[in-house]
Amino acid sequence: MMFQVRIHGRGGQGVVTAAELLSVAAFREGRHAQAFPSFGSERTGAPVVAFCRIDDKPIRLREPVMAPDALIIQDPTLLHQVDVFAGLAPDGYILINTTRSFDELGLGELAAGRGADHLCTVPATEMAMRLVGRPVPNAALLGGFAALSGRISIDSVHAAIREKFPAKIAEANVAAAIEAWQYVTDEQREASRAQAG
Amino acid sequence: MLKQVEGSAAVAEAVALCRPEVICAYPISPQTHIVEALGRMVAAGTLTPCEFINVESEFAAMSVAIGASAAGARAYTATASQGLLFMAEAVYNAAGLGLPIVMTVANRAIGAPINIWNDHTDALSQRDCGWIQLFAEDNQEALDLHIQAFRLAEELSIPVMVCMDGFILTHAYERVDVPTQQQVDAYLPRYEPRQVLDPADPVSIGAMVGPDAFMEVRYLAHAKQRRTLELIPAWADEFRRVFGRDSGGLTHSYQIEDAETVVVALGSVLGTIKDTVDEMRARGVKIGVLGITCFRPWPTAAVRAALSGAARVVVLEKSLAVGLGGIISNNVAASWTGSSDLVHTVVAGLGGRAITKQSLHRVFGEAVAGSLEPLTFLDLDVDVVERVLAREREQRRSGPIAETILRELGVAATKIV
Repeated sequence: MMFQVRIHGRGGQGVVTAAELLSVAAFREGRHAQAFPSFGSERTGAPVVAFCRIDDKPIRLREPVMAPDALIIQDPTLLHQVDVFAGLAPDGYILINTTRSFDELGLGELAAGRGADHLCTVPATEMAMRLVGRPVPNAALLGGFAALSGRISIDSVHAAIREKFPAKIAEANVAAAIEAWQYVTDEQREASRAQAG
Repeated sequence: MLKQVEGSAAVAEAVALCRPEVICAYPISPQTHIVEALGRMVAAGTLTPCEFINVESEFAAMSVAIGASAAGARAYTATASQGLLFMAEAVYNAAGLGLPIVMTVANRAIGAPINIWNDHTDALSQRDCGWIQLFAEDNQEALDLHIQAFRLAEELSIPVMVCMDGFILTHAYERVDVPTQQQVDAYLPRYEPRQVLDPADPVSIGAMVGPDAFMEVRYLAHAKQRRTLELIPAWADEFRRVFGRDSGGLTHSYQIEDAETVVVALGSVLGTIKDTVDEMRARGVKIGVLGITCFRPWPTAAVRAALSGAARVVVLEKSLAVGLGGIISNNVAASWTGSSDLVHTVVAGLGGRAITKQSLHRVFGEAVAGSLEPLTFLDLDVDVVERVLAREREQRRSGPIAETILRELGVAATKIV
């Protein structure tokens, strides 16, 4: 089955690169993948959307992803500006870059209606600032996405990052991806324990 | 070698494997990534010998390509949209002189209103210029068509335009199989010009031709293009033998055997159409697809044969002959033995409007039910059109149309698609 990811962010946050890296990670796992931007005016700070489709067979469809199986939201301020949840599958994954929880973001109701194991927030910008030195959360979010969805291995994310960037920048981003992967893995374990208990 | 790369990067690799000797570059979206990538290869010394010339305009880009080609060099450039229009005079000259230049057109709308997004208006505006025009369905075909284009151009001494959908293909990352240098060298021989500016054997190229000979020059250009229709399938066959995959040729048929309704289209939208057709087939609808790969020369016989069993034809095109309707559909109707009333034109995707499966289901369903109008504009916002027309009736100074519509729609930046 085709798996469709929509990534929301702002110009300058590496949204298009995130979709590209995700497609490369999937490609490295022998899968077909298609990544493309929404082709809006990509000004710094303006809302930007990018898409990634992953499938076991060649992907012919060229329409924008309107019914995503997963959302990666790189900037929580978009929640008030863009209908980021439009078309999200009922069991779709949501990963938001924020230091806050779904409740604190005012998304408690949305979160309650969905399985906790499909939702997570991760402070990816803070991780990027600390490990990469720039507020570019995309690599960390891909690490988090690997942990949340299990659709892609963290090793493939690393490989995609190393293929894209020069060694020094790549290693910093790999470190951010690992940290986010661990963070989301821990959060998910805690959530499932809370659910079981 | 399989790679997951941007369409522009795939095309740049293909062009580099063809060993171009002169590349003329002038930036315009969505073509720019292609020549940027080639520029990096020349600067790094991985593409050599090759002269990468940053020119001052698109007009200069084609003019320099003409000069380079006339001097015997394998010449390449790329453009889009207004850039193609700006070089139009030189585009006609390249064809009229019979110079085998290869150019990528990263298809984009033409203003005004200014719009950087994809449709086919730019390439189709040059449909009568004498270039061969090939349209790629995906990035693999875009890559492959460039290799075929140099072969075609040089064998025939005709320039070739490889058209690929701007952004939708140029900026999409997908899997491509990049051939080896040995494969490309085996398919594409060294360039042996039919005419060359050589100081050791001087000729003049570009003579003025009066009424006594002009028609003959034009006739020969036409006859050569028509002859190309016989050669292109053979070269696509040879391409399959060397590279192991189907790419290029005149047309691609899909699910057409027993199809009562056949959808005709060009370029990347064929993928979305095929997915839609598969879903309709699963419900028992006899519908198929005819993709036009070679738009100029127009493959009359291939189109006629492919449509011979159809009861009706839907031509979905990203272009508009203002004041007439479809451009592609006009060509299709002229090639079909059936009634032209049963050739429906669906103008879609102008200026980058997304073409969705949902909308295709609706319009193809109407065609099958016999309720589709002769000319339809897919997903046209009829309400906003009516409001603008009402305003024009009410007010003499109704204002600029594009700005009025934007005001009517509100801020579009928050929309996802």
